[in-house]
Amino acid sequence: MRRAGGKAAAFLPAAPLALFFALAYLLPIAILGAVSFRTDLRAGDWTIAHYGAFLGDGFTLSILLDTLWLGLQVVVVTLLIAYPLGLVYMRAGPRVRALLVFLILLPLLTNTVVRTFAWMAILGRNGLVDTLAATLGFTNEPLRLLYSRTGLVIALAQIYLPLMALPLNNSLAKIDGNLLRAAEGLGASSAHLFRTVILPLSLPGAVAGCLLVFAGATTAFITQTLVGGGRQIFMPLFIYQQALGVQRWAFAAAASVVFALTVMAVVYAFNRFARARLRGVDA
Amino acid sequence: MREARNIPFDLAIWIAGALAIVLLVLPTLVVVAMSFTNEFTLRFPPRSWSARWYVELFSNSPQILTSALASLKVAAIATLVSTALGTLAAVALAGRKDRLSIALDAFFMSPMVFPAMSLGLALLLVLSLAGVRLSLLTLAIGHVVIATPFVIRMVSAAAQQMNPALLDCAASLGASRIHAFFTITLPLIRSGVVSGAIVAFLTSIDHVPVSLMLSDPRTETLPIHLWAILESNLDVRVAAVSGVIVAATVAVMLVVDRRMFVPGRAGR
Repeated sequence: MRRAGGKAAAFLPAAPLALFFALAYLLPIAILGAVSFRTDLRAGDWTIAHYGAFLGDGFTLSILLDTLWLGLQVVVVTLLIAYPLGLVYMRAGPRVRALLVFLILLPLLTNTVVRTFAWMAILGRNGLVDTLAATLGFTNEPLRLLYSRTGLVIALAQIYLPLMALPLNNSLAKIDGNLLRAAEGLGASSAHLFRTVILPLSLPGAVAGCLLVFAGATTAFITQTLVGGGRQIFMPLFIYQQALGVQRWAFAAAASVVFALTVMAVVYAFNRFARARLRGVDA
Repeated sequence: MREARNIPFDLAIWIAGALAIVLLVLPTLVVVAMSFTNEFTLRFPPRSWSARWYVELFSNSPQILTSALASLKVAAIATLVSTALGTLAAVALAGRKDRLSIALDAFFMSPMVFPAMSLGLALLLVLSLAGVRLSLLTLAIGHVVIATPFVIRMVSAAAQQMNPALLDCAASLGASRIHAFFTITLPLIRSGVVSGAIVAFLTSIDHVPVSLMLSDPRTETLPIHLWAILESNLDVRVAAVSGVIVAATVAVMLVVDRRMFVPGRAGR
């Protein structure tokens, strides 16, 4: 063991950030928690009424559950798109790989509002999808994909695809080529190879991607409001309305705490579950 | 050579992969095409083309330009602070496996999954209880919290590839920790620090929830302003703004060393 003095000195460079996070991150969250147990922001007494109001009301509870459900839907669709993309990436040479990385990063680096706006133009009335459907002779009626749940899930899946594709491709690229050739040499079909070798070995990347996409899709205020429209309310908009719209600060604080705890709990549980499953893979 | 033993599966993968690539690129192309429309609606494809919305943007849109300037200022402060603090923390924690290091790392990374709207409300409550007026600086504080995890990830990836013996050598030759940091560590992790700073900047420029909560007319950032435009009336100027952002992004990506972005090759 090292001496305690040397150990403390090694941590010294982390001290400024620790101090900054304590003041600008931990303290505000602690105060958010405290306010959520007050009758009002500045005056009043301690109470758990806001939590009762949030958790006891079917309407607010359904907003919370629907937000988590949306996150799950987006994660599943992103996985379905990212895996074929990853398999193409895995088999590509260095030049095509570099091009693919560029194509994956480009949407990630352009603004969220820009990407959301693109989806409004694609899904909207007289947008790309409507035009295509009419040109191909399917229907002349507007499909009304904008402001629909399907449209929202597709748009969010595309917008958060890079967050899934980058860690997944990283995992896929690490798979030993000899392993694949050995399996093929022994007569494994592509589908069998995928199920027994590629899928298990790529799980670490997929897990990391799932967490990022879930966290992203559940808090994607801009896309949720603009592509989802006014009829679909999710937690970020609800918190925003309760706080800045009707100024029910303490209630908004309670809703924020519940939302944050739920998202963190899902992330933590999924992480634990995935790690337990992965223990056999890394060996 | 590999034999195609399962042609339907391989074919399905290639088709799905090609579709995924189209899906990745399509929205960007649609936005760029849309920005050259001559119409007042988001009809796609446009019936006639022009650069009128770019002219409109740069000659007759003071609010959009003001909010863009606010975004750049906030991002500049947030990038500087998060890169400095994040780099130091990442270097301190790199490669350490003790409980305290792992706990600190988890704490520093947690803003990545903590719902930002909750953090935004938390910051707003603190500022209003303390009687601090909203400003670009208070907004930048929130952005530092959001951006720092990305800096730490990038820098620790580079720091983990560094040979720790180098620092022991420096110490045995009498170099102070600070001297060793600037002459040995920093040059070796430079590419990690630079990519961390770039990602921090892009994160701040793109960030919405905290900006929305801490937004007043003086601190309105570009994404918030564009969101407000899109919520109320679908002003086609947003397409021109998008065109400018796409062009700037492509330019930055071509200028910045592409290798830095290739997974697993950072710092080599």
